[in-house]
Amino acid sequence: MIMSGNRHNIKLNINGTVHDVEVDARRTLVDTLRDKCGLTGTHIGCEHGVCGACTVLVDGVPVRSCLMFAVQAEDKKIRTVEGLADEGRFSLIQQAFHDYHALQCGFCTPGMLMLATWLVEREAAVADEELREVIASNLCRCTGYQNILRAVRAVLDGENP
Amino acid sequence: MSVIGQPLKRLEDRDLLLGEGQFAADYTFSDQLYMRVVRSTIAHGILRGIDVSEAKRLGGVVEVWTGKDIGHLPPIDFRLHKLQNLPLCRQHVLAQDKVRYVGDPVAVVFAEDPYVAEDAADLVYVEVDPLEPIMDATRPPGEFAPGVSTEPAVVEKSYGDVEAALDEAAHVFEFEFHVGRHTGNALETRGANVFYNAELDRLEFFGAAKVPHFNRAAIAEMLGLNREQIQLFEGHVGGGFGVRGELYPEDVLCSYAALQMKRPVKWIEDRFENLMAANHSREQVFRLRVGVDKTGFILGLENEFFTSQGAYIRTHGATVTDLAAAMLPGPYLVPSYRTQGRVRLTNKTPCGTYRSPGRYESTFARERLLDLIANRLDLDPIEVRRRNFIMSNLMPYSRGIVNHGTPLVYDSGDYALLLDKILDRIAYEDLQKTLEERRVAGEMVGLGAAYFVEKSGLGPYDDVRIEMDRDARIEIITGVASIGQGVETVMAQICADGLGVDYETIRVTHGQTDRIERGMGAFASRVTVMTGSAVAEAAAKLRERLVGTAAERLQLPASELSISDGNITANGDREGPSIPVVDAVSATLDEVGGDVLSVETTFEATHMTYPYGVHIAIVKVDPATAGVEIERYIVAYDIGKSVNPMLVEGQIAGGMAQGIGGALYEEFLYSDEGQPLSATFADYLWPTAKEVPDVETLVTEDAPSGTNPLGLKGAGEGGINASGAAIASAVGHAIGDPEAITRLPISPLRLHEIIKNLRSE
Repeated sequence: MIMSGNRHNIKLNINGTVHDVEVDARRTLVDTLRDKCGLTGTHIGCEHGVCGACTVLVDGVPVRSCLMFAVQAEDKKIRTVEGLADEGRFSLIQQAFHDYHALQCGFCTPGMLMLATWLVEREAAVADEELREVIASNLCRCTGYQNILRAVRAVLDGENP
Repeated sequence: MSVIGQPLKRLEDRDLLLGEGQFAADYTFSDQLYMRVVRSTIAHGILRGIDVSEAKRLGGVVEVWTGKDIGHLPPIDFRLHKLQNLPLCRQHVLAQDKVRYVGDPVAVVFAEDPYVAEDAADLVYVEVDPLEPIMDATRPPGEFAPGVSTEPAVVEKSYGDVEAALDEAAHVFEFEFHVGRHTGNALETRGANVFYNAELDRLEFFGAAKVPHFNRAAIAEMLGLNREQIQLFEGHVGGGFGVRGELYPEDVLCSYAALQMKRPVKWIEDRFENLMAANHSREQVFRLRVGVDKTGFILGLENEFFTSQGAYIRTHGATVTDLAAAMLPGPYLVPSYRTQGRVRLTNKTPCGTYRSPGRYESTFARERLLDLIANRLDLDPIEVRRRNFIMSNLMPYSRGIVNHGTPLVYDSGDYALLLDKILDRIAYEDLQKTLEERRVAGEMVGLGAAYFVEKSGLGPYDDVRIEMDRDARIEIITGVASIGQGVETVMAQICADGLGVDYETIRVTHGQTDRIERGMGAFASRVTVMTGSAVAEAAAKLRERLVGTAAERLQLPASELSISDGNITANGDREGPSIPVVDAVSATLDEVGGDVLSVETTFEATHMTYPYGVHIAIVKVDPATAGVEIERYIVAYDIGKSVNPMLVEGQIAGGMAQGIGGALYEEFLYSDEGQPLSATFADYLWPTAKEVPDVETLVTEDAPSGTNPLGLKGAGEGGINASGAAIASAVGHAIGDPEAITRLPISPLRLHEIIKNLRSE
């Protein structure tokens, strides 16, 4: 990290690509992803860590990117919604969201997808109660959540709809 | 097989799942400025002065405006329901002489960077002489301005002789019911990026929603532009619910600034602002006086109610009050009725509509009333409802009053039939028995049912143009908007059904004011009914053109031809004579000229359509914490004809979740001084996956609408309409007092008080 006054030149590893960016110390990770790296798939819902719309994976765990400064994410592996599909082919969790009508307006979707990706990639058994608990981390205003739970459950159970 | 009625997957999903959506904040232009609004921190007071000098000195700040700088701009006008003195209480884009709620825009900062804009906003010093705020809409009105009361309008409706009915009634009861202040705030906050296009000499507004055509005309009028000098473009919209997309001060400020400074101006509000500046809703108090006979039949109903409208009258005018006044009697005959809806200004965030406006509230009041009548007369609450239903043989049924500017005529419905079906589906008698056993064993469990009538399909018109090019690619151009509900899929399905093509190949355009001259937008569950009907007619017209050409070529009567899989064949016979649609469209275009075959239709409706349904909630109350757990939730809904059942169920599930919020968790509370106490998501509580149960749905098509060719009724609001009513009824049943719940939301604190009082009795 190169510092000049309040400015920091940092390298962010996002979806396997390294981005060289200059940021103020106070610039949040989500603003940096969106404004400096052109990755607008990650959304901002509340900027106080409640809604989870900005959820990304940092070194494999879900993080509210509105509550992390960009400088804190240097040298870490960041994954965002843009990294889920393989050359336009949906990941299993994206496909399940489509199949189970787990999105309406789509604003919470990237955060939900990252949260769910973390859950299914753990490769551990997930009871319904835990699934509900995890999805309750993020807010959705359109779906009433049940189709999101169904979609994630289907992937956890290895169903091919 | 008809494409209409199939649970087809959404055309909208792909971009959204890939993170390639284009929401308001995703528009970025080079050289753009960032706008930040400075808001009043005082609920009511006289604006003495605003010092912007320090803010202006901050590096990166380009401009700071106060009300004086834009004093020539008129206040924001109404989109709906202008009434009496309402125009005197409209909001200026920046406060002029008084501040009237915490959140009232008083100044605006433009800077090169959004962080700097926010820093600068903190350096604007506002001097206000505080005045006593009015926080309670039921208290006597005060003065909004010299000679203008804080009760600028009263909505009155009546039919029948209520006095006589109350005189002859066996019983007269009086009740008061309160619905809390909450709203549909979407996950995407409001925002816009407005760009002055010098080449075309026009403003281009990106991030439009809900009613782009109306807002285009309104902004043009306010800024003194011709309509051609401003175009609105809708990208993705992260939820609407009535709130997003109305014309707000910030939209006009952004547009005016882009015009003045000739630079793109981007504005994205934060959540704190969103919770105190975007429209609030609900907050009504109902005072009901009802006369019934011995059997529980309602003879007459009198209703005085108060809408806490907030600090100004915004674009909706008196819409919410009007709808509550008209829809209160719901599915019941109620032979005489008189209502007075008092629109009262309070020093809170201004209000507008929220999904099922005026119905969520009035259904709560009415269905509570039915439960209480049943309790007073020791009757079964379901039976009391049956006795009061408008019977199906009376349909279509005219109330003789006006609803939202149209004559209130229930177009179709068999209310008793749907009730029978849902009670049968859930084995109602057995269920009640099981709950009774659990109550005897000491559990606080209960069932509540609530009936409702919705309204949908508001006219007066919708235009649609369908274009087919020489490659037979289809585009449907509409004047509606998408707020996430699945407009593209539904329109494509209706068009595909009419034309015999694959719905996935159809492109649906909406929310672009440069593509179609008129457009009504997306509200009042109108899109499927109105735009859908226009699409059906346009598709039929286009089909006629194509088949006509094919008939000439094939030397067969048009009546024997049909379109499927891209071919026009004689009654679907693939082996027989046929002509590809591509050839038919080319041949037609060779005759008429041009590269695009275009058909246009306008669908008009003078009446709304009225879907109806039942909500049933089964809840368990924890006596220690007064927490309410919803064990089961059932919605039965007759929508005449369902285009995509998957989307209909999605609408019901989403509405129900929001309804639970308003019933149990969400409320904008204020201190006595008018300070908002619910301005973050830590205080204003949306339901999460933990609080929302799976909804069991029964969607029926027993009463198709006669107002449109497909028999459609709107599906957007039935999931929320009766949720407050059903949950309140269930909680009352669970705690052993059917009359206990008279106020929403049923917060743990309030419920704890109620349970404590019941126990001490």
